[in-house]
Amino acid sequence: MRFIPVTCEEQVEMLARVGVTSADDLFSHVPEAARLSRPLALPAPVGEVDLAAHVSALAGRNVDAGRVVSFLGGGCYDHYVPAIVDAVVSKPAFFTAYTPYQPEVSQGTLQAIYEYQSMICQLTGMDVSNASMYDGATAFAEAALMASRVTKRHRVVVSGAVHPEWRETLATYVEAGVLEVTTVPSVAGVSDADAVASAVGDDVAAVMVTSPTFYGTLEDLAGLGVCAHDAGALLVVGTNPILLGVMEPPSVYGADIVVAEGQPLGSPMSFGGPGLGVFACRQQHIRQMPGRVAGRTTDVDGRTGFVLTFSTREQHIRREKATSNICSNHALNALAAGVYLAAVGREGLAGIGEACVAKARYLADALVATGRFAHAFDAPFAHEFTLRYHGDVADMQRSLLGRGFLAGLDLGRFSASDAGLVLFAVTEKRTRPQLDAFVEEVSAL
Amino acid sequence: MSTTDPVREPLTGTLIFERGALESRCVEAPVLDVPPVSLGEVLGGQARTAPPVLPHVTEVEIARHYEHLASANFGVDSGFYPLGSCTMKYNPKVDEWACRLPGFAGIHPYQAEETVQGALELMWGLQEALAEVSGLTAVTLQPAAGAHGELTGLLAIRAYHTANGDPRRRVLVPDSAHGTNPATVAMCGYEVAQVPSDGRGGVDLEALTRLLDTDVAAIMLTNPNTLGLFDENILAITEAVHAVGALAYCDGANLNAILGKSRPGDAGFDVMHINLHKTFGTPHGGGGPGAGPVAVTEALAAYLPGPVVVRDDVGAFTLRTPERSIGRVRSFLGNFGILVRAYTYIRALGGSGLTAVAEQAVLSANYVKELMRDSAWDIAYDRTCMHEFVLSGGRLRKETGVRTLDVAKRLLDHGVHPPTVYFPLIVDEALMIEPTETEGKATLDGFAAVLRAIAEEALADPGLLQSAPYTTPVRRLDEAGAVKSPDLAWRPRGDVDA
Repeated sequence: MRFIPVTCEEQVEMLARVGVTSADDLFSHVPEAARLSRPLALPAPVGEVDLAAHVSALAGRNVDAGRVVSFLGGGCYDHYVPAIVDAVVSKPAFFTAYTPYQPEVSQGTLQAIYEYQSMICQLTGMDVSNASMYDGATAFAEAALMASRVTKRHRVVVSGAVHPEWRETLATYVEAGVLEVTTVPSVAGVSDADAVASAVGDDVAAVMVTSPTFYGTLEDLAGLGVCAHDAGALLVVGTNPILLGVMEPPSVYGADIVVAEGQPLGSPMSFGGPGLGVFACRQQHIRQMPGRVAGRTTDVDGRTGFVLTFSTREQHIRREKATSNICSNHALNALAAGVYLAAVGREGLAGIGEACVAKARYLADALVATGRFAHAFDAPFAHEFTLRYHGDVADMQRSLLGRGFLAGLDLGRFSASDAGLVLFAVTEKRTRPQLDAFVEEVSAL
Repeated sequence: MSTTDPVREPLTGTLIFERGALESRCVEAPVLDVPPVSLGEVLGGQARTAPPVLPHVTEVEIARHYEHLASANFGVDSGFYPLGSCTMKYNPKVDEWACRLPGFAGIHPYQAEETVQGALELMWGLQEALAEVSGLTAVTLQPAAGAHGELTGLLAIRAYHTANGDPRRRVLVPDSAHGTNPATVAMCGYEVAQVPSDGRGGVDLEALTRLLDTDVAAIMLTNPNTLGLFDENILAITEAVHAVGALAYCDGANLNAILGKSRPGDAGFDVMHINLHKTFGTPHGGGGPGAGPVAVTEALAAYLPGPVVVRDDVGAFTLRTPERSIGRVRSFLGNFGILVRAYTYIRALGGSGLTAVAEQAVLSANYVKELMRDSAWDIAYDRTCMHEFVLSGGRLRKETGVRTLDVAKRLLDHGVHPPTVYFPLIVDEALMIEPTETEGKATLDGFAAVLRAIAEEALADPGLLQSAPYTTPVRRLDEAGAVKSPDLAWRPRGDVDA
């Protein structure tokens, strides 16, 4: 068998030792009605050569970012991934290991997590980062639950400018009635500060926003922070970590919990998953933080070493009283993020952020200049921006796909009130010739 | 052991921040080919004033740093990894190759469906295969992990009861359950009621009957359970649960044992999650990412999170959100990179190969169990096991003072990853052993011999074990100190590192 190294002869020996004549005998105590009396109705085994051809054919039926010029964003981005990143995450000692429950033989994973946590603290300005969570959306939902535990309050105020899938995930997580969510519609692509202020009260655990918003705009985090803190609520901020080389960290504006989708830091788009749930908070709240966390300590010989720590918060100890049911993290994506940030360093991260912002600005100006688009909002933006298209968005996108462009994200698919709006993301990978060619095609529409 | 060689440094301990020099660079930003902008201006006064402190290193330093870290790690490719209930089987390399194909790794979740037909077909094929293996009807691939699948499944159960105008308060969880089960129950706003195990390691039917009433929403059952035993009363259990209008949730952590042999749907389960990183060979990644798809009966299909992939009349694949969906449990479509690996694995083995996996996994566990008969350990619940079995080190501890933890640490010196220890909670000094099907007989024989040798060491010199390990990159770590003086992130030392 393909991945079974036991030989037929050995199998016979093993059966004899166990005292049965066939492996099937070992299932004889399974009740008849619960036994499958026919072969599985699945395709026959396929050898590796044919398998590779089949899988390649499936992959070939997708239009990937290498074959078109993409301006799609909305939480998943086509950034450059340095070659060293995959060289590291492809090491079997990293990817075939389990959760580091035996620290003596897991120092590689544990130190990598500690370094990742350190880098996230540097980027966000927060005191503590956990070892990561599933993705930005689930980290956002977990932040609401944590804020509720910290404040012992049971309502959160969420900006309508937050990614709709993050808001939907939050709604699902609290569906059981553990938390009430008040969503405040956005105005002009950002949070409506007055509406947030009037929605906040002494029953509110957190004001929850992202900056950049789903529309790419930047929030007035300072004002929202004051609004939250005046009511005794926490400020939860979703951010984009790849921009934190050029943007002020959320800590500057008083954020109590910072979450993010960390995919831009060295993970491929991969159809949206696996991503990386970044989660960071203040030291004083660590016992309410969800997820695992690595700490530095020493061994019996005085050598520096790393362990999973503060685990009395977690499900394997606390069971139904745990801070979350999560019992994993996206360790491999966190490893990728650590390698990515080491590879680009402070200067590279700032340069990449600056390139994204400058190219986004260049494209936005040029698209508006064609007369086919207009700015939807006045708020400042970083590497993503929303334009209103004067025409049928679906037609425009179909036509430009034929010319080799993924022409942004049609926001009408998320909300009828956003029909006609298109969200463009511009990464450092887009070149001026690509931007100019795109603008030319738009002009020719 | 420690070395005095000046060139060779310890594998770990030196942080990436402490390597390189301020002038060191690896990957630089591309040359700006558009007009530069004033960040202060375009970012509305939110441009960063104090830059983050990140490592300054060259590529060679990164390569060597992580190679050192990797060599201080133990993975399935390093050696035997009989970690009970975690199914640390071999992760085929072709799966790693497949998920990195540009047509999979380079696609965006918001692309038009006609530009991702291959990806959707793969997801649809995986949904179908998981439905067949589980004996259930509908599948969502969204959940990112087993615990995430539990949340999804239990919320679907909750939505089902609510839609029937019959909200319920309680979920039953056996005392042998994994900690995620009660934690998930609490997250879903239910109360936990614990069901004791009977003398044979299964659910205590009498106790179950006493606990069942119309306030019970569901039972969450791992079958085969965490003792590695298939519950012989499974049909009676699911029948009793259904009789009070409750649903049966199967924690699919141990599905590897029954592939092609028994289907949870046929045993009366209504919902189950499937750990692709256990049963379907996708790597554990040092803690994740995995994937925890959820399969349900027809009656629950409408409640699954959206979107799911459907095939239309002309063979095209589209995304649909089920009618009464509980909503999203995450962004986008699921851990697609993991789904590609699992699909590739399933196609490689086919139906017959998957069945062979279960047969060998179960044979290997029973074989090691026999090898451990009449040893310093007692076999907890001594009957035919499935893919794993549990030893109790209670007698060894009483006789020598050596705990299961010490045995685990001594195994590290023998190049074996220890089994799961102190779980399930109902076995004294538990050692839970899952060999998996991907280990040869010689490895299994060697493992049993090592355990027996360790037992002799325990009798001769308990202190030897109590101070183990000796040969690992670091030895026992001060976990209490890690909590007492938390050091959870490196901080720059003023001007030196900035």
